[in-house]
Amino acid sequence: MQYKSQAVAKPYFIAAIGLFIGQIIFGLIMGMQYVVGDFLFPEIPFNVARMVHTNLLIVWLLFGFMGAAYYMVPEESETELYSPKLAIALFWVFLAAGALTILGYLFVPYATLAQMTGNDLLATMGREFLEQPLPTKLGIVVVALAFLFNITMTVLKGRKTAISTVLLLGLWGLAIFFLFSFYNPHNLVKDKYYWWWVVHLWVEGVWELILGALLAFVLIKVTGVDREVIEKWLYVIITLTLVTGIIGTGHHYYWIGAPDYWQWWGSIFSALEPIPFFAMTVFAFNMVNRRRREHPNKAAVLWALGTGVMAFLGAGVWGFLHTLAPVNYYTHGSQITAAHGHMAFYGAYVMVVLTLISYAMPILRGRAANSNKAQVFEMWSFWLMTVAMVFITLFLTAAGILQVWLQRVSDTPMSFMATQDQVALFYWMREWAGVMFFIGLVVYVISFFIKGETRAVTQ
Amino acid sequence: MTSHALTVPNSTGPRLAGDLAIWFFIMAELLAFAVFFAAYAFTRAAHVEEFNLAQQALNRNAGAINTLLLLTGSAFVVRAVQGALAGESRRAAPWMLAAIASGVAFLVVKMVEYSAAFDHGVSLSSSTFDMFYLSLTFFHFMHVILGLVILGALWLGLRAGRYGPHNMNGLESGAAYWHMVDLLWLILFPLVYVIH
Repeated sequence: MQYKSQAVAKPYFIAAIGLFIGQIIFGLIMGMQYVVGDFLFPEIPFNVARMVHTNLLIVWLLFGFMGAAYYMVPEESETELYSPKLAIALFWVFLAAGALTILGYLFVPYATLAQMTGNDLLATMGREFLEQPLPTKLGIVVVALAFLFNITMTVLKGRKTAISTVLLLGLWGLAIFFLFSFYNPHNLVKDKYYWWWVVHLWVEGVWELILGALLAFVLIKVTGVDREVIEKWLYVIITLTLVTGIIGTGHHYYWIGAPDYWQWWGSIFSALEPIPFFAMTVFAFNMVNRRRREHPNKAAVLWALGTGVMAFLGAGVWGFLHTLAPVNYYTHGSQITAAHGHMAFYGAYVMVVLTLISYAMPILRGRAANSNKAQVFEMWSFWLMTVAMVFITLFLTAAGILQVWLQRVSDTPMSFMATQDQVALFYWMREWAGVMFFIGLVVYVISFFIKGETRAVTQ
Repeated sequence: MTSHALTVPNSTGPRLAGDLAIWFFIMAELLAFAVFFAAYAFTRAAHVEEFNLAQQALNRNAGAINTLLLLTGSAFVVRAVQGALAGESRRAAPWMLAAIASGVAFLVVKMVEYSAAFDHGVSLSSSTFDMFYLSLTFFHFMHVILGLVILGALWLGLRAGRYGPHNMNGLESGAAYWHMVDLLWLILFPLVYVIH
């Protein structure tokens, strides 16, 4: 590695992978609970498993983003990190806060947890994805601000590049929009309205900037294509992202009590959201085709290309499927949403973090790339996880279509629970695909322990 | 074209005016407006009477004046680009300033029009036609503002003598964007204000 302080990224990446494993285990538990309702009851109720599954995802992605930033920014800025010590201290604070929160979810009834953590002082809990107790939310803000201070100071004292600017914009946006998690108006319409400012403006706004910056960084490194060319693509992509994504928030405002015009605004702008993702795919393949060097880390290139394709399919195509108001009228909150959520998060954010880990981890461990044997393992894990995710998405989509038909379109609509019984077969198939995903993840972890001949760092 | 462009230019083929990146962006913008126009057209087809009636309330004179302003502005931009191409960047700067003045005048006329419309109770929720009228024109309004920011940057560049026959990429890219803003209005104006 070029700068000593980049090493602080390593514990972040390791923690990310550790929490990723936890996320998938809870995913499997929940998947089972869909078909065997009392599985692990009362120890792990469904709502708790779901909370742990989604919260772990968010937390490990944040670990991944922070690790990525700590790795990338010194190299982009051509200077050591402003304070490596602060970065390590924040790591332990964030890990402890995250672990305590998950343990709280698992071992304390949620209402008691809310009482214990001062939810009566400022009620912020009980909302999907923002379930964290108040001290955790405050902790996230403190960690995020200190992290941003560290990163921003590094950028300010060093070289300024388009990649670090876009990354900073994304990370600052992430912190700023999280502040809306503290705003919890009594009016349910307003509550939902601003809840999306965290949820939507994260994943369909500022996170996409982070995604673009990470992908651009790895592509510069593995292809050797001119920075100028890659940065221009990055600008085009993030502009398209913001133009479509910000007003695209409207596709969540159709049925919550917001004014009618959101049905038009939301439909039109969010229908265009696949464009930046498509541009990203074209970008990744274009750059790899025009590569000026054969980077020894083939696995990282595979992850980078995979990110482009899967983000386009999961976020772009599967998002478009149910984004138009007349379609969403029927599909809202069905398994089609779950199908989209799974592939979008995997394709866009999981894969881009794994791309960066794949590229950076060997260098952090003192080699340009892992041994051939280790890379073969990693590439197997890529295909196992990716194909499994395609199956999960297809089975959930099938479940969703059947659900919408039986429950909402049919002349003799069935109740929610009666419908769930009818789609159980697809839930079983999804669970098996989940097992395949978990096997892929195990292979991924094993790949870190495979030895073999490696090349020394060349740069 | 220089190495700034997204792809290696074909030295034998016709030259692309402006950067390929801006053309990607323009295409995406045109697509966004096209979807909006199509949504308008299909909705109108289902409510012809209602739309025709509501259309009568629009200020067509303001729309016509604005059409002239944008067309004139575009002509000024063309003069500025031609001036730079002839190697007279500094002398071309006033043309750009004239284009900016036309754009600003467009915004003023539009704001007067909006103000009167708001006084008559037009809002995003007052009717489907009003929703389209306000959404489309305001979306375009924001593009005029962005276009003016770009023209402002080009004006400063011209004054500094930055552009010339061998450095037209930035100027042509910005000019292409402005022409797009103009083109969109040429569709928007008849579609929303005139055709019934």
